[in-house]
Amino acid sequence: MGKRIFALMVKEFLALLKDKKGRLVLIVPPLIQLLVFGYAATFDLKHVPFAVYSEDKGSVSRDLVAAFSGASSFSLQAELANEKSISSLIDKRQVLMVLRIGPNFSSSLLQGRPSPIQIIVDGRNSNTAMLVVNYSGTILKKFNEAWASSHGGSIPVRIEARAWFNPNLESRWFFIPGIVGLLTLLVTMLVTALSVAREREQGTFDQLLVTPMSPVEILIGKALPGFLIGMLEATVITLAAVFWFHVPLLGSILTLYVGIFLFLLSAVGVGLMISSIAVTQQQGLLGAFFFMVPAIILSGFATPIRNMPTIVQDITLINPMRYFLIMLRGVFLQGTPFPLLLPELWPLAAIGIVCLAIAGWLFRNRMY
Amino acid sequence: MQDVLNPAIEASRLSKTFLAGGRRIEALNEVSFTVKHGLVTGLIGPDAAGKSTLMRLAAGLLVPDSGSISVLSLDATRQSLKIQSAIGYMPQRFGLYEDLTVQENLDLYADLQGVPMGDRPSRFEELLAMAGLFPFVKRLAGNLSGGMKQKLGLACSLVRQPELLLLDEPTVGVDPVSRRELWSIVYRLVKEKGTSVLLSTAYLDEAERCDEVVLLHEGSVLDQGEPATFRKSMDGRVFAAKAPGIPKRLLQTEISRTPGVIDALIHGDHVRIVMEGLTPPDARPDVSIVPLPPRFEDRFVTLLKKTSSVRHEVPYEKPIAQAKGAVIELENLQRKFGDFYAVKNVTFSVSGGEVFGLLGANGAGKSTTFRMLCGLLAPSGGTLRVAGEDLRHAASKARAKIGYMSQKFSLYGNLSILENLKFFGAAYGLSGNAGQNRIAWAIDEFSLADMKDAVSGDLSLGYKQRLALACALMHEPEILFLDEPTSGVDPLARREFWQRINDLASSGVTVMVTTHFMEEAEYCDRLAIMAEGEILKIGTPAEIKAGAGIENPTMEDAFVELIRAVEAS
Amino acid sequence: MNRRLGGLIKKEFLQIVRDPSSIAIAFLMPLVLLLLFGYGVSLDSEHIPIGVVMEKQNADASNFASIFHDSRYFSTRYYRSTRSATDAMISGKINAIVVLKQDFSRRIGHDAPVQLILNGVDENTARIVSGYVDGAFQKWLERDAAMRGLPLETPVRIEQRIRFNSELRSRNFLVPGLVAVIMTLIGALLTALVMAREWERGTMEALLVTPVSMGEVILGKLIPYFLLGMGGLALSVAMALWLFEVPLRGSIWVLFAASSLFLVTALGMGLFISSIAKSQFVAGQIAIIGTFLPAFILSGFIFDINSMPKIVQFITHIIAARYYVAILQTLFLAGNEWSVILPNAGALVLLSVLFFGLTWKNTRKRLE
Repeated sequence: MGKRIFALMVKEFLALLKDKKGRLVLIVPPLIQLLVFGYAATFDLKHVPFAVYSEDKGSVSRDLVAAFSGASSFSLQAELANEKSISSLIDKRQVLMVLRIGPNFSSSLLQGRPSPIQIIVDGRNSNTAMLVVNYSGTILKKFNEAWASSHGGSIPVRIEARAWFNPNLESRWFFIPGIVGLLTLLVTMLVTALSVAREREQGTFDQLLVTPMSPVEILIGKALPGFLIGMLEATVITLAAVFWFHVPLLGSILTLYVGIFLFLLSAVGVGLMISSIAVTQQQGLLGAFFFMVPAIILSGFATPIRNMPTIVQDITLINPMRYFLIMLRGVFLQGTPFPLLLPELWPLAAIGIVCLAIAGWLFRNRMY
Repeated sequence: MQDVLNPAIEASRLSKTFLAGGRRIEALNEVSFTVKHGLVTGLIGPDAAGKSTLMRLAAGLLVPDSGSISVLSLDATRQSLKIQSAIGYMPQRFGLYEDLTVQENLDLYADLQGVPMGDRPSRFEELLAMAGLFPFVKRLAGNLSGGMKQKLGLACSLVRQPELLLLDEPTVGVDPVSRRELWSIVYRLVKEKGTSVLLSTAYLDEAERCDEVVLLHEGSVLDQGEPATFRKSMDGRVFAAKAPGIPKRLLQTEISRTPGVIDALIHGDHVRIVMEGLTPPDARPDVSIVPLPPRFEDRFVTLLKKTSSVRHEVPYEKPIAQAKGAVIELENLQRKFGDFYAVKNVTFSVSGGEVFGLLGANGAGKSTTFRMLCGLLAPSGGTLRVAGEDLRHAASKARAKIGYMSQKFSLYGNLSILENLKFFGAAYGLSGNAGQNRIAWAIDEFSLADMKDAVSGDLSLGYKQRLALACALMHEPEILFLDEPTSGVDPLARREFWQRINDLASSGVTVMVTTHFMEEAEYCDRLAIMAEGEILKIGTPAEIKAGAGIENPTMEDAFVELIRAVEAS
Repeated sequence: MNRRLGGLIKKEFLQIVRDPSSIAIAFLMPLVLLLLFGYGVSLDSEHIPIGVVMEKQNADASNFASIFHDSRYFSTRYYRSTRSATDAMISGKINAIVVLKQDFSRRIGHDAPVQLILNGVDENTARIVSGYVDGAFQKWLERDAAMRGLPLETPVRIEQRIRFNSELRSRNFLVPGLVAVIMTLIGALLTALVMAREWERGTMEALLVTPVSMGEVILGKLIPYFLLGMGGLALSVAMALWLFEVPLRGSIWVLFAASSLFLVTALGMGLFISSIAKSQFVAGQIAIIGTFLPAFILSGFIFDINSMPKIVQFITHIIAARYYVAILQTLFLAGNEWSVILPNAGALVLLSVLFFGLTWKNTRKRLE
């Protein structure tokens, strides 16, 4: 039995790696996604174009503008001469924000009276708008503190904000552990979901079925390559994360691999489920697509599960990606110890076992 | 007006190469021929002879590397659009939209060919009547049988009466009854409308139905002329050998080693012999030798053996297999799909060492029966014992004793020959020395040594077929299942293949084969003919022919007659 | 109309109606994506769980802590020690910790330090929390100043004005952006697939030997999938307006005109892909990597283009979805802002000319 499974596994690897298209699927999409997500997907704001409309000629207002334009998040595009151009500049998307300073800003500030400034933000992308507001608040807070201390005032309470686990709040640190999950899922699904359909299309599946191999042996022989390739993919992306993108890996490698192992149970299980049902490769691809898109969107990969409606949050409880991502980010950035990850690990194991059991049942009943 | 003075097609020194996987493949090499007006010209040759390339060049779909081809006095390279509005063309897979109905397919091609609205009702009626598709106009083309698809494809290429009709392998994978119907349509077209037809086929027996034949092999024209001339050149060189006391396989082996024999084939109850000269072969006194009328294939084989320098020698090594009594037993075997009985009450048995053929029209239940025998499909009723095992309960045990080779190449195309052999060896539980020995045997027996690291998907059809048989024989099975094993290969490769099968049968291996190829049916010891899910007749080829009720029938005549009798009742 | 073209178009429609995978890609996928994004993806954070640690419980501390309690952005939990709060944060129960030190009450009024510990793993949420904390803190300062009858101690205060999407609903920008993804799906992916299918099934060969011209073959694909795409657009717009209640401030006619333009560009991409890839598998891969993924990541639909690295920003210029997303977000949220619409529409025209030119160059009425 062991030898037959081993032979089937070797064959699966050879068939996959010798096929140009097969190699392409394993190498190109992961590479492109790693680059795209590593570099393009970012919630950090950099060089946000903004303009200033200042009616105040005092030095304080110049200091304030300097505080904004000196920050790496903002880049000053224009100083406006009249009020009308504020909205036109924003409407034309030439700037995302306009900083407006009233005529008596400097003088009233010097007299010790609080002075308001206005920021007008383009809300078309509400997330960017929100970040612009937050970034402005942070810049202003620093300005205020500096002003207060240099002018003898004191603030009753000062908030010292510190971010743990990601002190510079880099988007990349958030996304890249997620990509380990995303790409592991993608590659494993593509390898397993298409494997039977490909053989059915090429007519080799019949040839396989007339050998004395039992459905269970075929199932295991088809599952193992997906498993190993998933492991390899996870390892490669983890290495890239640590050595190329310099994302810290604080937790234990062993814990990480326990999580990957349990997650792969589910990924391979779902892949084989699709595989046993799909007759053509196109159906297999479509099936994988219809599973992966919701699995990724409802996993907390880009947006927090907490923000979803309650019923959707309940649905995410059966999504293996959800647990895997929490686990990955915990191990990478927080160094979360194994016991604290148990609440993620046992659902992963449970979902994986259920998926494999269903796949096994489908294999027995859909083979012929 | 048709230009009847010039030939319909005139090709001169056509050459065409393709790039495939980094290698240049020469599809056509300096091919010259003519297709005359108002005749059926057959383009005959095995797979990869260059038939489709030639068809596509004539249709203006490809541009030749060198040489020229003119179609209806138009240059196929420069005036392709003009040619395309004057010809009808049916590509290999019929070019039908499977998710459109019969009527919708006709409508589409009528639109594309610019058939005026007013002419359509009468034209469609004529075509549907001709193709016998009236009852099915609303059916999706994908749900038609192979024969009906073929006739619909033909109808679509005829929506506007073409001057020239190009048919690319219209009869491949189609049963003999449907094939005959297609031919009668083609004849009517030629007779009534004066259409010129160029038709390509890999079935050599179809050559006899053409007015003219162009014989194509490995990209070159071997010969061109009327089939009768081809036959005539073989007059007096063909004989039948019969010896009641000697097993026919033994007789065939003996005769094939006799000097002067080009070809010796089992044919029903006798051995068919083609000689180099006019003298009959020397044989033992108890063998009776009588002259036979030559066939087209005799000429082709003679030509091929002359041109190809290597004469195929079959290494003689017997696999070990012991089987006595009935090894395949079917009793009241049934298979239902929904409410439809694909197979009902099929009962027969096959004894050890027998070569048993399963014949039937498309949809007769032959494939379903075959799949059940191999354990690929569970029966709905009845009993089925293969190699003494009940397939329902000991499927794995039974499968260890059978070998299976299917019509399409069903090995792993991107694995090398050696890797395929290794995998199937291991899949059948061969390991260590035993496995190594069998791989060595297979490579030696099938002369695969030079090619063992070649990617199997790139092999020629003949090699693919050898490899497929080698894989099926890795575990020395007692029973061998062959599903249309030789479709598309050239006659020499087919002979080599059957030589092996005969050797296996002599050593006690039971062989079960399905085929559309009537010639192949003659190689069998016994045949079962199926129609509508039931066995119509079982017997030796001679018995089947005798039961057809017509004089001196070929196997195909007998087959068609039997099927017609059922349909009539 | 030309009868040959009419026949081809009719055929294409019959095929669309009868092929479940076309329907799946044209209608089911948009529906699933819109529902997933409309309900599942939200960047609007409310009731973010945060932990408050008061090292010494007293009136001042409670008074200060109440600012979080009162805010709708937070749901507050109290912890006795920083340690237990840290554990809660690591296991994901809370997103931030506010620590009021033992001497908070003593030092209040004189730079009393309050520690805000953010979980930087989800850096976007961390930033949002930080912004909300600042906002709440500002309110406390005002209340505190009023209570003590002191002048307000913040020298400069921000007044924010968000144009177009004042309540910053993320749905308002996600749903219009998604329309671009859906149009890409129908225009590029589906068209590339159905074209490749004709090659694979051998029907293209049968078409090519009829007197039909290549232009007619291309138009025969273009027109049906254009109409299908407009159907998908109508479905998406209807869902956006009535289900997700996204405002449409521009003209619906401009919206449809701009969408037609983008659809033609997407169809051009689909046809171009099918002119270089004649198998469904390869065409599907290229379409997903070359059009679908960029429409998601590089179009400015979720991630701000300005914040991407320069080289990635440069690449986004050849992504048609980028221009369409800009038009969509402007039309939905801002109005008929011609200064945005026209340049972007111009870019779309250029791209469609490019793709059709390339398709034309690659397509001949031959099999080679």
